[in-house]
Amino acid sequence: MIPEIGLFTLIVAFAIAIVQSVVPLIGAARNDATMIALARPASWAQLLFISISYAALTYSFIEHDFSVKYVAMHSNLVQPLMYRISGVWGSHEGSMLLWVLILSLWTTAVAIYSRGLPDALMARVLAVMGMVSTGFYAFLLWTSNPFERLFPTPADGNALNPLLQDPGLALHPPMLYMGYVGFSVAFAFAVAALIGGKLDATWARWSRPWTTVAWSFLTFGIALGSWWAYNELGWGGWWFWDPVENASFMPWLVGTALIHSLASTEKRGVFKSWTVLLAILAFSMSLLGTFIVRSGVLVSVHAFATDPSRGVFILIFLCVAVGGSLGLYAWRSGTVVSTGKFSWFSRETALLLNNIILLTATAAVFVGTMYPLVVDALGIGKISVGRPYFDTMFALVSMPLIILLGIGPVMRWKNDEAQRITKSLSIALAVSLSVGIVLPFVIDGVFNLATGLGLAGGLWIAITTLQSLYHRMKTSSRLPLAFSGMILAHLGMAMFVIGVTTVMTYNQEKDVRLEPGSSYTLSGYEFKFIGIEEVIGENYKAEQGHLEVSYQGEKIADLFPQKRVYFGRTSPMPMTEAAVDAGLFRDIYAAMGESLGNGAWSLRLYYKPMIGWIWLGSLLMTAGGVLAISDRRYRQKRASA
Amino acid sequence: MSMNKRSKRKLLVIIVVLGVALATVLGLTAFEENMMYFYSPTEVKNGTAPDNRTIRVGGLVVAGTVERASDSLLVKFDLTDNAEVVSLEYSGILPDLFREGQGIVATGNLNANGVFVADEVLAKHDENYMPPEVADALEAAEQKK
Repeated sequence: MIPEIGLFTLIVAFAIAIVQSVVPLIGAARNDATMIALARPASWAQLLFISISYAALTYSFIEHDFSVKYVAMHSNLVQPLMYRISGVWGSHEGSMLLWVLILSLWTTAVAIYSRGLPDALMARVLAVMGMVSTGFYAFLLWTSNPFERLFPTPADGNALNPLLQDPGLALHPPMLYMGYVGFSVAFAFAVAALIGGKLDATWARWSRPWTTVAWSFLTFGIALGSWWAYNELGWGGWWFWDPVENASFMPWLVGTALIHSLASTEKRGVFKSWTVLLAILAFSMSLLGTFIVRSGVLVSVHAFATDPSRGVFILIFLCVAVGGSLGLYAWRSGTVVSTGKFSWFSRETALLLNNIILLTATAAVFVGTMYPLVVDALGIGKISVGRPYFDTMFALVSMPLIILLGIGPVMRWKNDEAQRITKSLSIALAVSLSVGIVLPFVIDGVFNLATGLGLAGGLWIAITTLQSLYHRMKTSSRLPLAFSGMILAHLGMAMFVIGVTTVMTYNQEKDVRLEPGSSYTLSGYEFKFIGIEEVIGENYKAEQGHLEVSYQGEKIADLFPQKRVYFGRTSPMPMTEAAVDAGLFRDIYAAMGESLGNGAWSLRLYYKPMIGWIWLGSLLMTAGGVLAISDRRYRQKRASA
Repeated sequence: MSMNKRSKRKLLVIIVVLGVALATVLGLTAFEENMMYFYSPTEVKNGTAPDNRTIRVGGLVVAGTVERASDSLLVKFDLTDNAEVVSLEYSGILPDLFREGQGIVATGNLNANGVFVADEVLAKHDENYMPPEVADALEAAEQKK
């Protein structure tokens, strides 16, 4: 009965979404107050019904209702409660249900927090979001019904993919979706403004906090996924340029560009139509990401479905949404006039260059990700693009971006003098370059120009960011939260750059064969293999290795990496659980390979200096975003607009 | 500082265009160098696969061929698409789901003896899963018979 309620409420929510996307739009065109007024209650009603539907699926998971096919395929009797709840989004159907729930949450949030918006604009925004919802409801109902029954009902189900049974990964999809879907707000504002033909600076002010929230979620979600991969996959890497990772990275890059361009539009009234285009592009990238991950064109941990009708459906939806909005843009953007004037040497120019660089980076990722898919789809051949391509491209685009990141924030709006900038930044440049270049020599006695430049880049960002903080504090009594947020995010970027540079150069890894009692020394850290014992967990059993790690004769850590086999899978599936001794300046990492007989095991040992800075930096960026949207300015303006 | 505003702006546009063009050229070069083609054991045997660049080869691990060195991490095994067989060498830790009969994809180079020396061996994280390249290779080999 409960699953039927879930399906019924899903259909009701679909019907409401259709009404929400049509009626307020007509109302706004005809200036009909009644039809306009329908938008808000419709978004509320939609949220109510989709929440019931989502709760119904969660209930079926918790209560082990294996008559629901999706539940039977992704949970079993021994699965812990936490992974029964997260199991809802552990595979295709349920994660699409989560997607529409989150979209509905965003829609309702817009309905609540944008009271100050003109009614007609509000109606159009909610209608556009309703259209996006409608597309995804149709996708769920026609190709991915999560409530499909299974007959006869099995006595037990097939456990959730063990890879997904991890707290970090349980949280990763909802965070990522909050980001992905959150860009739909800026998109809806852009499309609504294009339909209404009214695009002024207030449009940017309304979109800005929403975009920043979405961006913060996305940053956090990506960092969480990377951290999970590092801890869980046992390969010691933090980013693999896997198409699925790229699918989340492209919206992030465009979203970052959008945040910066929105700042110019709001503050100075420049780049208006460019910002609109970016808002459309950012959400298009989210949709493209969904297509890549959900259509089954890729097969990886993330892609569960290989049903071609799904791919076709999303592709059509993608074309309609992206093509439609770009068409609208081509038709209406001519009416948009940017008002602000600026000289070639100004913060506006710096932000424009930031956008160009970030979009170049997006294009590089796009080509590397999509080209193999297109070639495969056309039947020309099967290719893949190796990670050196992506690494090269990013080393290339990050150089100008880092230089710019130091200059931009200290530049004045409208017009600045090259002389003033040179004067105020020359010390920062000298310090960061000399310290950066000398550091590798201090670390291991070898000059390394590439590493030196990388470290110099990180220092350059940090010093110039602190410098602009100092100037701001000197000249104004109050530090706006939006400004502090920027400072924090840029410092996060500095940490990230230093972390990436260090770990890429000084990372040490070795696959070794160890017998109990024998040891291997990596970068001065001695890993002594004590032995193996069997451990039983809640729903798995594991062979657990014991390694004693010592540095300069002193024991610093015990590592217990595991090789797990989860119960209740149709066939046993082994899983590596790496052991990490994490520190601020280095991680010591061990993962089990396989038993080689006579008690010997193959083991993967890593020494990863400063890898934690990659995630700490990302956390700082997230925190910066959160701080920025807490700025009073947005609340006041919203109330009075 | 004798340039007027208009020409400064032009200069900026030129610099940006040149920068993006440079990035495109370097990008396409890196792209070309790092593009890896996939070959089935049949294609390796009939000489379609190049021996001077990194390629990917996929197939099923032939039962009874997995041989481990006793003092190192060197592993040797055969891969098949049910038509032809290619020998493969790999030094390192195999993925969790590597086992006989399983479909895998390896990245590496062909050596002079026609043995494929892998830098990386991938088996996906699902026991029922078959890499799509391998599935297609098996199907192609089946149709030829």
